[in-house]
Amino acid sequence: MTNEIKSVNGTGIPLMLDDIDTDRIIPARYLRCVTFDGLGDYAFEDDRQQDPRHPFNQSEFRGASVLVAGRNFGCGSSREHAPQSLMRWGIKAVIAESFAEIFFGNCCSLGVAAVTASRDDLDRLAAAVEAAPPLNIVVCLESLTATAGDLSLSVEMPSSAREALVSGEWDYLGQLLSASCAIREHITTVPYLNAFSA
Amino acid sequence: MSDRRNLFNKVWNLHDVRTLPNDQTQLFIGLHLIHEVTSPQAFEILRDRNLKVAYPNQTVATVDHIVPTSDQSRPFQDGLAEKMMSAIERNCDEFGVKLLNLKDGRQGIVHVVGPEQGLTQPGMTIVCGDSHTSTHGAFGAIAIGIGTSNVAQVLATQTMFLSRPKVRRVVVNGNLAPGVYAKDVILYIIQKLGVQGGVGYAYEYAGTTFDAMSMEERMTVCNMSIEGGARCGYINPDEKTVEYLRGRPSVPTGDEFERAAAWWLTLASGDDAEFDDQVVYNAADIEPTVTWGITPAQSVGVSQPLPNVADCDAGEQTLIKEALDFMGLAEGEPVKGTPIDVAFIGSCTNSRMSDLREAARIVEGHKVADSVKAIVVPGSQLVRQQAMQEGLHEVFETAGFEWREAGCSMCLAMNPDKLQGREVCASSSNRNFKGRQGSPTGRTLLMSPAMVAAAAIEGRVADIREFAGATV
Repeated sequence: MTNEIKSVNGTGIPLMLDDIDTDRIIPARYLRCVTFDGLGDYAFEDDRQQDPRHPFNQSEFRGASVLVAGRNFGCGSSREHAPQSLMRWGIKAVIAESFAEIFFGNCCSLGVAAVTASRDDLDRLAAAVEAAPPLNIVVCLESLTATAGDLSLSVEMPSSAREALVSGEWDYLGQLLSASCAIREHITTVPYLNAFSA
Repeated sequence: MSDRRNLFNKVWNLHDVRTLPNDQTQLFIGLHLIHEVTSPQAFEILRDRNLKVAYPNQTVATVDHIVPTSDQSRPFQDGLAEKMMSAIERNCDEFGVKLLNLKDGRQGIVHVVGPEQGLTQPGMTIVCGDSHTSTHGAFGAIAIGIGTSNVAQVLATQTMFLSRPKVRRVVVNGNLAPGVYAKDVILYIIQKLGVQGGVGYAYEYAGTTFDAMSMEERMTVCNMSIEGGARCGYINPDEKTVEYLRGRPSVPTGDEFERAAAWWLTLASGDDAEFDDQVVYNAADIEPTVTWGITPAQSVGVSQPLPNVADCDAGEQTLIKEALDFMGLAEGEPVKGTPIDVAFIGSCTNSRMSDLREAARIVEGHKVADSVKAIVVPGSQLVRQQAMQEGLHEVFETAGFEWREAGCSMCLAMNPDKLQGREVCASSSNRNFKGRQGSPTGRTLLMSPAMVAAAAIEGRVADIREFAGATV
């Protein structure tokens, strides 16, 4: 299948801060839109304006596709605009210590590989990326490893999400639709849809 | 393995259409709430694939995030906001979804409107493209926030894939001291468990403190579950739940209501219910709580000083320094007395009648400090109307607050209500993230509506328990 995502191969960008919320990834004023087009231009807009040294401002990280991040990445608002803006900026994989759940689910919907690694490994990886950009990183979802130069670390991902990407079956809508008969039957068992007599 | 006798697992099992070998459950969704910000792209997905809304009666729309709270004449002055309004109007019309629009009389913040209309009921699965959907858990529902791709999936199939979370019972026992509110309880819980503590869990809030709370207070608690990382939080239904819902527009009547009520009460976790984890707190340990940083866990009791960086866990120090720098606050200093520029009473956390009544009781007979801009934004048109019947708007306006139309407003500042520059806002909302209230450098101090009212009058963070003239 053409949608199979077995690995992501590209240069890295480090952002080792914790509790990065989705308001910071894409400020709410950019949600005034009816499509996701153009959101890539505004990824981390306010952080970038306030910090010239922000990684997303640095030319050596331009074109990166693997974001190296800290704990609880993507917390806060459910806005899918956040992973959309990262994806449209060029990010194809995020390696973080941990993710907020809604953000992780949104990444799965978009085919963005969101994997976790230990803090020590992430600190080493981020240091390597900062020391010698552009540094190529290969995130392999089959072997669950990330390699960059001589550095190799193991990464984790819930098996359901990993299998979906590797098999290319992350079009969840198609799979949900395939159960439409079962859904119709299921409705007859839900008390509040059957006058509380079911 | 969780025991099925807790509410979460009972309700989950009831909605399990099928569970795949990879442990993903295709979960039936009883109520889908939509709004103008996270739905337009979902309807586009339906159009692209030539799909319909599968069960339009299970979806209800309203508008809240971008609506102006002063001049609501159409077209809106903000052309982008107008475009979003037009999009949801067209989408609801074309796909047959009921829209509670501005002229309807029932419009408001989606998490205020759902319960108010009786759409939100115990035992349901409820989703919305908004993280504060956890609010609806106050009724003993599984209520979770979702992204736009999920919105499209639920529109097209009334189902979505989810992995069953674990369930943590968060117990708080005892009476809240005067001046301590539901908001303080949830800020305290988040302070204790952290902003990531709830990842992978649903929170069941249990104990005598929650038993004693009104439904509106329970909504405040469940609303901020997501700030603690828990996608869903709930409270077991009881007689208060039943009585709140009796007579609401979307609730059945007569014998059917009695059958509903009986069923709702059976859903509650039994005394022998098992949980994956449990924590226990004492209400007596909770004081009026104020955030000082850039995550909702960065809070202190109002009588307490800000932390000293060196005393904190090594792993937290970078974030604490970042927060203190951004906020312009010094470690070890008291939070009480911090000057404010703006006071905001509103949001899906605290914009209901009990919030407005309590805030009005505090401000009555006082004036907002000259240096403070203060606004009250009711959660819905019906809340606004009720408050005006009680004369609360006059209390607020006499004190110097602006009395606005219903919407999300300055909680996330997608409409014209924004902080300017580095203004500090005492806010009854739910997030103190950097830039959250519309100015990239704006600063937010989260607290209860009563504490916001007191701060507005004093011009600085005040302890409601010491506030002049207030009998709390």
